[in-house]
Amino acid sequence: MNWVSNNLDLVLELSLQHLRLAAIPILVGFAISVPLGWLAYRYQLTRGVLLTAAGLLYTIPSLALFMLLPALTGLSVLSEANVVIALTIYAVAILARSVADAFASVDPTVRQAATAVGYSTWQRFWTVEFPLAGPVMLAGLRVVAVSTIALVTVGILVGVQSLGYLFTNGVQRRIVEEILTGVVATMLLALLVDLLLAVLGRALMPWSRTSAGRTRLLVKEAS
Amino acid sequence: MNLFADAFAWIVAAEQWSGTGSIPVRLGEHLLYSLLAFAVAAAIAIPIGYLIGHTGRGRAFAIGLSGAARALPSFGLILLLVIVIGVLQVRLAVIIALVLLAIPSILAGAYAGLEAVDRRTIDAARAIGMTEWQILTKVEVPLGLPLLISGLRAGLLQIVATATLASYVGLGGLGYDILQGIQLQRFDQTLGGALIVVVLAFALDALFGLLEQFGVPRGVRLNRGGRSRGQSRAIRAEQRTDTASRFAQAGAAGGGGDPA
Repeated sequence: MNWVSNNLDLVLELSLQHLRLAAIPILVGFAISVPLGWLAYRYQLTRGVLLTAAGLLYTIPSLALFMLLPALTGLSVLSEANVVIALTIYAVAILARSVADAFASVDPTVRQAATAVGYSTWQRFWTVEFPLAGPVMLAGLRVVAVSTIALVTVGILVGVQSLGYLFTNGVQRRIVEEILTGVVATMLLALLVDLLLAVLGRALMPWSRTSAGRTRLLVKEAS
Repeated sequence: MNLFADAFAWIVAAEQWSGTGSIPVRLGEHLLYSLLAFAVAAAIAIPIGYLIGHTGRGRAFAIGLSGAARALPSFGLILLLVIVIGVLQVRLAVIIALVLLAIPSILAGAYAGLEAVDRRTIDAARAIGMTEWQILTKVEVPLGLPLLISGLRAGLLQIVATATLASYVGLGGLGYDILQGIQLQRFDQTLGGALIVVVLAFALDALFGLLEQFGVPRGVRLNRGGRSRGQSRAIRAEQRTDTASRFAQAGAAGGGGDPA
């Protein structure tokens, strides 16, 4: 604990930098995934293409993706933008699938009811389908947020500063406490963001609070 | 595109195919560590996953474990173990780290596979007088195989990806060329190394795709194909929403590992 108290400023500064690096891929990834996931849900053809592409992209190890992207984008391997784009790709690769699942989880009778009372496609999407798909989307978003925060640390291998700095620096200086601090701080950060998203979800989607109970009821009825 | 041409030129160059630092040697190192760790992880995770899935006890543990594992920075875990276990035993430290990283995915796959089996099927098996062991080996395990295979796939890919990072502590493997290329500013080498890693990951992924297709018992597959189209579509839709709601509740328990 001595190491932490002596280097608190450094840890805090790196944590903020880490959070900034993770926030962009999470938010941009979500914004890209909603239309893509909807396409995958709506059309059988795009579903196959999109989900296969997402699966393949997610298979690429991060260090390899950091090297591949610059050859396509022209950015420097060592630039922050390169790491942010790579993490955004991973975020979309997971989220597109959960968004597609989320839209599929909306009760078809609710959708038909909305159409029957005269909602246009656009209205129905924003006022009925999107909110009802919210809880499943949020579950995907929480997974993405946590894994993005863990992945940011790999950026230190291409010189992008984050809590990962404590890993490489700790190994070079042979300080166990420093590496341990990096690991624990990264996990705490992930936990914090996960909790924040959960609380935000409860506040913004009051209907998700009862949905767990209702699903269980439905399951009981069905069996 | 010029960069890719340079990378291919680097890959096919003669010096990359003989000697101690050649591509076949690096690939061999990478596969050796990965498969060793994978075997140990599977040997530990599958029995525990089956125990949880069969008894229904310890669900919270399985879900919590895969949640925590997702937050764990794999690169940090490797370096931490290297320093704690000792720099002289880098090999052991890295393999332990890889085992630890793969356990949650495999355990989740084993457990989720059993969990997904229709309770009525298990009740029927019990009703016709099967012992608990018979229910596990003859009903639950074969029916849960598809999800176990996808858990194994996620675990192995996570290991292969993380083994790339292990080159940082001097363990060789395919990450070596990437990291050396960065230091020397030789981008044909980094890109060439990266391409080989990607090909390896895709090949393993495809292998598991085949396993999923052909490794699943005939009865389980027949069952799917034997239904009328409308019926199977309805079942699929039902399964999808079921998975979706389970994901929402459990925070994607069966989810795969990170690309590390």
